[in-house]
Amino acid sequence: MSAVIAEHDEHHDHGPAKGILRWITTTNHKDIGTMYLVFSLIMFFVGGSMALIIRAELFEPGMQFVEPQFFNSMTTMHALVMVFGAVMPAFVGLANWMIPLMIGAPDMALPRMNNMSFWMLVAGILLMASTLFMEGGGPAAGWTFYPPLVLQTGKALPFAIFAVHLLGISSIMGAINIIATIFNMRAPGMDMMKMPLFVWTWLITAFLLIAVMPVFAGAVTMLLTDRFFDTSFFDAAGGGDPVLYQHIFWFFGHPEVYIMILPTFGVASTIIPVFARKPLFGYTSMVWATGFIAFLSFIVWAHHMFTVGMPIAGELYFMYATMLIAIPTGVKIFNWTATMWKGAMTFETPMLFSIAFVVLFTLGGFTGLMMAVAPSDLQYHDTYFIVAHFHYTLVPASVFILMAAGYFWLPKWTGNMYNERIGRLHFWLSAISINILFFPQHFLGLAGMPRRIPDYAVQFADWNMISSIGAFIYGFSQLLFVYIVIDTIRGGTGKATDEVWEDASKHGLEWTLPSPTPYHTFTTPPAKIPTEHL
Amino acid sequence: MSTNDTYYVPHKAVWPFIGTAGLMMMLAGFANYLNGSAIGPTMMIFGLSLFILMLTGWFALQASESESGMYNHSVGISYRMGMMWFIFSEVMFFAAFFGALWYTRNLSVPWLGGIGDGPARATKDLLWPAFEAAWPTNGPAEVGGEFEPMGAFGLPLLNTLILLTSGVTVTWAHHGLLAKKRDQLIKGLIATVALGFLFVGLQAFEYYEAYHEMGLTLGSGIYGSTFFMLTGFHGFHVCVGAIMLSVILFRSWKGHFTPENHFGFEGVAWYWHFVDVVWLGLFIFVYLL
Repeated sequence: MSAVIAEHDEHHDHGPAKGILRWITTTNHKDIGTMYLVFSLIMFFVGGSMALIIRAELFEPGMQFVEPQFFNSMTTMHALVMVFGAVMPAFVGLANWMIPLMIGAPDMALPRMNNMSFWMLVAGILLMASTLFMEGGGPAAGWTFYPPLVLQTGKALPFAIFAVHLLGISSIMGAINIIATIFNMRAPGMDMMKMPLFVWTWLITAFLLIAVMPVFAGAVTMLLTDRFFDTSFFDAAGGGDPVLYQHIFWFFGHPEVYIMILPTFGVASTIIPVFARKPLFGYTSMVWATGFIAFLSFIVWAHHMFTVGMPIAGELYFMYATMLIAIPTGVKIFNWTATMWKGAMTFETPMLFSIAFVVLFTLGGFTGLMMAVAPSDLQYHDTYFIVAHFHYTLVPASVFILMAAGYFWLPKWTGNMYNERIGRLHFWLSAISINILFFPQHFLGLAGMPRRIPDYAVQFADWNMISSIGAFIYGFSQLLFVYIVIDTIRGGTGKATDEVWEDASKHGLEWTLPSPTPYHTFTTPPAKIPTEHL
Repeated sequence: MSTNDTYYVPHKAVWPFIGTAGLMMMLAGFANYLNGSAIGPTMMIFGLSLFILMLTGWFALQASESESGMYNHSVGISYRMGMMWFIFSEVMFFAAFFGALWYTRNLSVPWLGGIGDGPARATKDLLWPAFEAAWPTNGPAEVGGEFEPMGAFGLPLLNTLILLTSGVTVTWAHHGLLAKKRDQLIKGLIATVALGFLFVGLQAFEYYEAYHEMGLTLGSGIYGSTFFMLTGFHGFHVCVGAIMLSVILFRSWKGHFTPENHFGFEGVAWYWHFVDVVWLGLFIFVYLL
């Protein structure tokens, strides 16, 4: 018992452990948030390098640099690394850093589990990455792991499946922690309908994660037993059905894409009011729209499978249900626009990225509506049109907003201002190159170029070359962000004020704290809750 | 005590990292084993040992912290929420397998048999014109050979009664805990643990019969797949639940838990009721219908 009391006394020791052990054993939400963010930035470059291998191969028709099998494993691994290694962990990192600060809590509700969910993520990604060095190469059947093709994977298959299990466990633990924190750790006076939208969107995202990650785990478990233990889940000869896999996968997969976009909405709803110097327009409708989008995400999954051979009633149902998503999403776009309307706007880097998000995400949303129409989707399915669509909803949306979040909160985290001029250069290079990269892919898709191929017919050559040029400009200009982060940590352009942005302390609790934020914050709850965002 | 008005935030946890390393080692070992690599089993055993070490160390730490009064009401709420949402995630895991059963029974097997107006109708004519849709089935290729499906009455019905009874005994033990009747608490838990392991034993016997008398294996087409994966994962959860109950029994015997502070008991009891409910679903959809 004395050991326990000794450890409890440590509670009053307000510094982190020394050396590498600090990071291995930490339970501090800021340390864990930092680890998530740094890890996801590294993975962003790993996944990005894979994308550049893909774009280099597609620069010209014909086979240039890589073998087709390796090309396929690049498209597969690029998606897995970006989804599970970069975008999701980056948002979990933001959640770790910001949710306790935004709701006035001393830490996350379950700090030890918080540590474990980070290391499970690292373990999962390590297992996944190790497959690239195995006999038969990494998984190459696409990130969706469709059978029967995926069952032909070499030695990589069980490793990839167990990596998915680890990543799932990591996400579920992270999500449970976020829900318990939001429900149980709010400061007095921080009612649910006073929470910043970032907290709301993460709460709803966490529900999605807990509901669908186990379903994905179940689906890949069935792949494992089909391959190694003689089951027939996805084999018609034994009475199973490969289409069954697609249903289970997309029951997970569709909420999964909203897991990446809902926190994006939350960050945008946090940044835009600060730089428009106005309260967020339509707070309540934002909350309801988020909930409605989350609900719809569970009942639209088969719009990913319009060409697979479903009964016509199924095609119609999934078509109409999918179109409904445009309504709450439209509410959100309207609210962001109305927030900016007649605002005293300034255009610092976070705001620039956020405005680009509103415009370009709308574009990505519209192409989504086009593909919701089942009869026309038969034309777009598995072409570069879908590639353009989901990259518009992920890169200029999720990734841009993650960059915006970095610029927005870096001064609060480090206590130093970042270099605004290089920040804006980073923005303009990104915003222009991303359109050079992905806009031509719409034309390629409409002209009939299939996705996931290493070579193509010559009529696609011009747009592919332009797309690849955009990819390399975009990829290398992201190095500016790394430079800015390191520069800001080392002092940047000077000390940041506590509020950082003009009147920001009216918008959120985090701006009432000192910059940089102390290692422990809100050990006693805040006296006053800001309500400007309402 | 000051501990009761501040939320306890632990520092310097070593177990999460050790547990992660163990689990990763175990899974990498299993993958190696499936690939036919000789190092697989060793890695699995090493990883599993590390994982068990983590479970023991972490739970011992939690128990001693709890007993020394470091968790206030608010910490207890976080733990309860954690357990609740963990169980929800387990429900969704089983939902994937129940969904697979529903889909194959009601959609894909009838389509293979040419029923309905879906585009799947051509499958019958082109692939297996002789196949007639029925349940149970091991598919048009009769994968795994002839088998006898598992009936609902007999062992499964007995197992249903056993699990339902164990749900009652664990609640009886809970009432004993609340009323500070230590005897009732211990006896109730012993009965629950015994019924839990009895269930697992009977389930193992059922599997033995299926494999050796009925020709029913994991390889018996979609029926064998769904039957063994659903009941197998459930059986695994019963094992885990019974082990957790044994720990709770040990802690009760040591005099842990008070009527106000017994999250450990409550969490495990919830888990036990959850495996109970899953079994009812299994009994209806796998055995009975």
